[in-house]
Amino acid sequence: MNSFWALVRRDLRLAVREGGAIGTALGFFLIVVSLMPLGLGPDLNLLARIAAGILWIALLLAALLSLNRIFEADYEDGTLDVLATGHLPLELVATAKSLAHWLTTGIPLALLAPVLGILLNLDLASYPILVGTTFVGTPAVSFLGAIGAALTVKARRGGLLLALVVLPLYVPTLIFGISAVSAAAGPAGMGAAFLILAAISLAAVVLGPIAAAAALRIQLQ
Amino acid sequence: MQLIAEDLIVERGGRLVIDGLSFAVSAGEAMVLAGANGAGKTTLLRTLAGYIRPSAGSVRCEGGDVELTVAEQAHVIGHANAVKSSLTVFENAAFWSEFLGSANETGGHIESALRNFGLDDLAEFPAAYLSAGQRRRLGLARLLLAKRPLWLLDEPTVSLDVASTERLVSAVNEHTRAGGLAIVATHLPLALERARTLELVSLRMAA
Repeated sequence: MNSFWALVRRDLRLAVREGGAIGTALGFFLIVVSLMPLGLGPDLNLLARIAAGILWIALLLAALLSLNRIFEADYEDGTLDVLATGHLPLELVATAKSLAHWLTTGIPLALLAPVLGILLNLDLASYPILVGTTFVGTPAVSFLGAIGAALTVKARRGGLLLALVVLPLYVPTLIFGISAVSAAAGPAGMGAAFLILAAISLAAVVLGPIAAAAALRIQLQ
Repeated sequence: MQLIAEDLIVERGGRLVIDGLSFAVSAGEAMVLAGANGAGKTTLLRTLAGYIRPSAGSVRCEGGDVELTVAEQAHVIGHANAVKSSLTVFENAAFWSEFLGSANETGGHIESALRNFGLDDLAEFPAAYLSAGQRRRLGLARLLLAKRPLWLLDEPTVSLDVASTERLVSAVNEHTRAGGLAIVATHLPLALERARTLELVSLRMAA
């Protein structure tokens, strides 16, 4: 497990030193959310009703911007070749890199979401639930995103291709993330939707790296 | 330990690059891969390292650790150096030492690996400011950061000066003298001990 944490630590250090990816994702998130009230008009009730949806969609799009960095830099400078000769299976290499992506992008986005909720007049009672769903849902964003990142690692300017591969995979996360927030206001409570969201994340943490590693093996050929 | 390739057939992009190649390299031996550009030196090394799956034939190690694949017993030096620009020279080396090595390495081995390739003065220097030759040496320092019996070197002398090339040659000779194996693709006449040459020829388009 030594090499697993060595890889996570190195990726965190690189993310802090290079910085750009986190800034781009957070900046994009901020801009998309703040454009919404301008486009939809000052109807506060309307904004409050759709706030959770806008926040979740903007969060997914912002995360999408940073996904290509999971494997691309390592592929370009030859690091991926060497990582593949380690004692650590490629599946765990993908896990470590997805985990580092979640820590450096998923968590900052989840922390920014409630702040941006203010811009959309999000119902005060929904804040704790919004924070809960973004924290529980973002691992799925990173670990499913790694599949797309691995598939497109060789594609020059594969950003659009990455979006086409990954966004459909995000649909369940989006649906249950939003319905957990809206259900919390209703009589049934958020229980079921929140638990399904957690289940999607757990499944993504297990299955995402396996698929990503299979894709990387083909890319290394 | 012995690395054995049997009846290797490798295709790249529909073109037959290696057709029925068999050889064995034993502990203490070096093998130089020679041949024109496009003769399949890199393809052969990447096949030996397990990145490319051969269409037929097999690559295996005999007498090594049975639990490890060929790739896990090999150091692969490719065209790229696997050096991160935003880390310092020492941080780059320390990461590879921790990632590739086993837990029981002694403390000073990172310093000694860097010293071996003349990088000890640059240890705290960000790798972004290294010259091409210095980056190459940092890539090569990986060979000494973790102990592995099989070295697969693809044109390791690219952008190295004469002194650094000599350092590399003596590192390879020390490695084979200690019972290691080395397979080196190169166009330069390197003074490798106990070395034989495998001449690869370009094959024409497969039918």
